Amino acid sequence: MNTISPFALLPNTTSILWAEIPAWPVAQLVQATAVELGRGARLCAWFAVPEETKACIVALLAYDADNTLAVGRSESLMGAFPALTTIRPQAHMFEREVWEQFGLVPVGHPWLKPVRRMNENAPANGEFFRVTGPEVHEVAVGPIHAGVIEPGHFRFQCAGEEVLHLEIALGYQHRGVEEALIGGPYRGTMSQMETVSGDATIAHATAYATLMETLAGSEAPLHAQWLRAVALELERLANHTGDIGALAGDVAFLPTAAACGKIRGDFLNLTALICGNRFGRGLVRPGGCPHDLETLRAEQLLKRLKDALTDTAQAVGWFWEAASVRSRFENVGTVFPAQAAEIGLVGLAARACGLVRDVRYDHPAGWHRFAQVPVAVWPSGDIFARARVRSLEIQRSGQYLCEQLLAPADGERFSELTPPAPDTLAVSLVEGWRGEVCHVALTDAAGRFRRYKIVDPSFHNWTGVALALRGTAISDFPICNKSFNLSYCGFDL
Amino acid sequence: MFVLDTIAHRLKRGCETMDYPNGPAPALPDRYGGTLKVDGTKCSENCNACVSVCPTQAIFRAEGKPVALDLGRCIFCAACVQICPSKAITQTGDHRMAARQRKDLILGEPEKEQVRLAVALNEKLRKLFGRSLRLRQVSAGGCAACEADTNVLGTIGWDLSRFGIQFVASPRHADGLLVTGAVSKNMVLALQKAYAAVATPKIVIAVGACAIAGGPFINNPQILNGAASVVPVDLYIPGCPPHPLTILDGLLRLLNCFEKDLPRRTH
Repeated sequence: MNTISPFALLPNTTSILWAEIPAWPVAQLVQATAVELGRGARLCAWFAVPEETKACIVALLAYDADNTLAVGRSESLMGAFPALTTIRPQAHMFEREVWEQFGLVPVGHPWLKPVRRMNENAPANGEFFRVTGPEVHEVAVGPIHAGVIEPGHFRFQCAGEEVLHLEIALGYQHRGVEEALIGGPYRGTMSQMETVSGDATIAHATAYATLMETLAGSEAPLHAQWLRAVALELERLANHTGDIGALAGDVAFLPTAAACGKIRGDFLNLTALICGNRFGRGLVRPGGCPHDLETLRAEQLLKRLKDALTDTAQAVGWFWEAASVRSRFENVGTVFPAQAAEIGLVGLAARACGLVRDVRYDHPAGWHRFAQVPVAVWPSGDIFARARVRSLEIQRSGQYLCEQLLAPADGERFSELTPPAPDTLAVSLVEGWRGEVCHVALTDAAGRFRRYKIVDPSFHNWTGVALALRGTAISDFPICNKSFNLSYCGFDL
Repeated sequence: MFVLDTIAHRLKRGCETMDYPNGPAPALPDRYGGTLKVDGTKCSENCNACVSVCPTQAIFRAEGKPVALDLGRCIFCAACVQICPSKAITQTGDHRMAARQRKDLILGEPEKEQVRLAVALNEKLRKLFGRSLRLRQVSAGGCAACEADTNVLGTIGWDLSRFGIQFVASPRHADGLLVTGAVSKNMVLALQKAYAAVATPKIVIAVGACAIAGGPFINNPQILNGAASVVPVDLYIPGCPPHPLTILDGLLRLLNCFEKDLPRRTH
């Protein structure tokens, strides 16, 4: 492959000089990207970088089977470019974003509208796609939802109970994360990274910290890499367990809902045992991890972890044994594998469509170079599959933690970092509990951030929710949405 | 057979709801720092060490004056605690930090080393809400961690509804709003509408550093630095995110639950 791909190859958590990234006229970049995506590559990021009065587009691809990433860019342009979306739909949200942020028009994009931009004091949602007909009605939900959850707007086109089309309009949580990073890193950057998506603190913090280490041409000590891997799996356990409980609650299966709601807290408290905060705030810093996991603490963590895993196995067991639960999950909210590949799903939503996609396995970095978690896959693409993958991942992450906690990496907690390299692009991918968290940084001549791109897995996967609803009863929207449990703030940035 | 299995499990586990506030509070991890205590008289002259490490501009020091720390802006990273050479800023391990007024969160002056904890609602409001408080939660430009730890209060361990407090689906059914997030510009209209839809008299509770002052994104142009910029706030609960115990403490203070007979466990 190496000789064929026109893009510059770079493994996860490495960097490349900006000048060494191949640059083509934009039409050629679109064409080359389409060709690579057509033969198995995946679009991790597609974003613009401002260049004086113009901008250029950067494409970051992943060749999962070859365990490498690849980057290419366009020459500076203004105005318009031929849309990649018309050939490769997985680019559709990226191209809307490029248009919104830099005014570059993807010509031929079938549904060009804002991603999160403001119009006075609410997002400029623009037109919604409408189905017309005597039996068709429209249902609007949000931005404020019934539960204690984040805001977003859902517009359904329905014929009776059946959803013909769902359009999701987000942007309500837009805090200006990427804009705030330009010229950085600043004093407040680390805490902003920890709150890109609050339930994936470890994933985003690790992606950022690793990026800073990469830009410094260094890496964190092994002990810190090990601790980050431990914390990442604890985060996965807490969220997966909580989601299984919430799915049980949504189909009124209360034993599992009640038990998992509590066990989720047990897992969060294990993270707090390491760093004092249930979400892992302060656990990861560029250069290492400030907290030590001494032998006694590790033993206590392991003991409490085993108890929580036993409780989880029992509570999840009831859930799988109940035919009433299975029948609510099977063949509901299905995303077919071909669709999943076409729209570029990542993470557990992709694995629940039978796609073997897991950064820990495909693009191992940090501790995952030495110790990996088996990839959990289920083929059916429905709610059942997404619950099933979570349940398998709870087992595998639990097993992984039990092994890792017995074999800690000794050594320093921190290594000194030199200032970030100038005019360099660095990439860091982390498999958070939802999926691939992608951070890309480009530095200027002084080593400050010229551009910082964050792609939360939710950015890829919201389209999956929309597709899952097609042909589904609108009353099943809550369980469909919960089965993905995507981040609104991670998307909105 | 899950029916027998779940019954056996329930019998074995018994009631899992904590005794607090009639019994002891659940144990907090040893590395949990809790609220801060700031003794400005300990500051040495011309020392600005804490001011320059604070990620959220929560610490000020005017010329010739002692240090002032705004707990509302604080995200409890403890960078100031670690760098302070004279131990003027210390962690207390205390989860209680909810306050009724914004100025009660400014620490540092003599008599104001610690947060002035929230007092209960006035008698008229207590009569209305004391035994039944329905809240509509509005998430407006945060990271969803405050929402997550608010949701925790509904789980069996905490069972918030035993205090008569519940989260409801519509602002029309609510006595007040519980706001999380810094209030993104994109949520201003929705927050205003939700507030208008709640019948008077109503209360607003701001949970977390974002909802109080903007949190990690303070002064970003896309946010409004907290709920008070749009609606009047009656209770501030600091934290990033606040521990569920901190949120519960704030709610119970508001309803004066620490001075009256609390609902007893019935089993």
